[in-house]
Amino acid sequence: LGIRVDGRDRLDYRQLEIETSVVSTANGSARVRLDHTDVLITVKMEMEPPLIDQPRNGKLYFFVNCSANAAPEFEGRGGEDLGTSLSSMLERVYSSPHTLDTSKLCVVPGKYVKGLYVDIEILECGGNLFDAVSLGVKAALWATKMPRIYITGEDGGELEFSVSDNPCDVDRVDVSNAPILITHLRITENLTVVDPTPEEECCGPVQIVVGVTPKGLITATQQLGSGTFTPQTLSASIKSARDLGVKIHQRLMEKLRQEENITDRPIKGFL
Amino acid sequence: MEIQLASELPRVKAMVGVQGSARPRLVTPGEIISQDTSFMRGHGTYMEEGVQVASVAGYVTRVNRLITVTPLRQVYQGAVGDTIVGRITQVQNIRWKVDVNSRLDAELRLSNIQLPGGEQRRSSLEDERGMRGLLREGDLVCVEVQKISDDGLLRLTARSNKFGKLSQGTLLAVSPSLIVQDKQRMHDLPCGARVVFGANGYVYITPTVPQEQTSTYTVNFEEVTVDVRKTIGRLRNCIKLLAYHSIMISPTSVMTAFDLSTEQEYEVKDLLKPDIMQDVAMATVQLMNE
Repeated sequence: LGIRVDGRDRLDYRQLEIETSVVSTANGSARVRLDHTDVLITVKMEMEPPLIDQPRNGKLYFFVNCSANAAPEFEGRGGEDLGTSLSSMLERVYSSPHTLDTSKLCVVPGKYVKGLYVDIEILECGGNLFDAVSLGVKAALWATKMPRIYITGEDGGELEFSVSDNPCDVDRVDVSNAPILITHLRITENLTVVDPTPEEECCGPVQIVVGVTPKGLITATQQLGSGTFTPQTLSASIKSARDLGVKIHQRLMEKLRQEENITDRPIKGFL
Repeated sequence: MEIQLASELPRVKAMVGVQGSARPRLVTPGEIISQDTSFMRGHGTYMEEGVQVASVAGYVTRVNRLITVTPLRQVYQGAVGDTIVGRITQVQNIRWKVDVNSRLDAELRLSNIQLPGGEQRRSSLEDERGMRGLLREGDLVCVEVQKISDDGLLRLTARSNKFGKLSQGTLLAVSPSLIVQDKQRMHDLPCGARVVFGANGYVYITPTVPQEQTSTYTVNFEEVTVDVRKTIGRLRNCIKLLAYHSIMISPTSVMTAFDLSTEQEYEVKDLLKPDIMQDVAMATVQLMNE
């Protein structure tokens, strides 16, 4: 019938609120709120040896913690399944070389590379977790400021480093190709909706999550839930996810750049 | 898709204007109310080392020598005679367990509902076996609180025609403290929808139906038109924005907000945006105060 419970159309998103650099002790952070869904993402950088088969590539780790405050079912170890599925989806989506160029994270080939540890904390679960988290990860990576590392010398085979103290002397992460996730929830035979609320999530048996880069490249897809998709619905959802994804990327980068240009921005944080 | 930076969003402004000097005193748990030991301790307070301390967050009321603290937001406690909306969670032997937004699930006994057939009769063994045919898990019911037991368990009844199973509509959960005390809970609003303001904070919006003689247990699955759906969606969003801004929810306030939103020609989904929500809420409060 073309209209959802809260008046939205099939492909309408709820209003998103973003703030970066909320956590001053991390290299980068972002907080994303999508109606009642609230996630906090922090990025920390560590120097470590690279993988043996990829001596010139940095590493990206995702950890998801579903706080027990987020939903009653997350009490104790209830949130683990969701956490692992979310982190593995993010790893898959970012594993393609077209997304994040990890060779830029290399310090000394074969010896030291930068590892980015992305920690995701789910503060409140109000539907459509995957999308909110992926947008937050992109915003947090954009806001990540890694102090520049200079190799000062060699002391008996061991390299010596000096880390710059200058807050302006930083390296940024290139997120121009970082993907985001778009979730389609199947309600009936041929009908899918985007950005489901928790009530809508209870109605639909199955969801498809698509990872889309700003250029429209699909890096990963995942089916969640116990249900089936007809081939037509599946391909239609993926196509619309791609179109939506490109638009959302543009809007997100526009807003992030706008935020960066605000001088002396007061951090609203959690108050 | 709308993306807003946190710095762009409007700060939630205080809605309630100060009326005269009768500003209530707000206290938080642990705050000392008075050092005077001659006051009697009412609900929401306790004595600690000779001083009276608040145990809940709320406002202080004083009647002669009795001091009480009334909490602002509370889990629904239940009062005899309240009309509430609940969802069936379990079907048991001779009763149903109903989720009523309270600490415990309430119970609705088979002997307390109106059995199909209309006439008053005792429930037989067949009725017991056919309980799921009447109300199953997930169904929504409009019921009345008959009794509250010592541990807080509510006993429900649905003995007259206006109670019983609810058909197609939208359920909304708000804090029970925001629902205005009203004898009549079911209102047929002029915009073409019927709203049940459950005292427990569950508000149910359905399209208006012609008066029924007996409460039926079959759900009317007739397709609801897009216009009615839009009206229901708008009502839902209005109630949500009133709840977000802590404005008391009554048929008048909801209709005021509804009319305002149609006057301003806001689309139903626009009412989900924080700045528009704030505009409508402030305008509603202004209109109501006049």
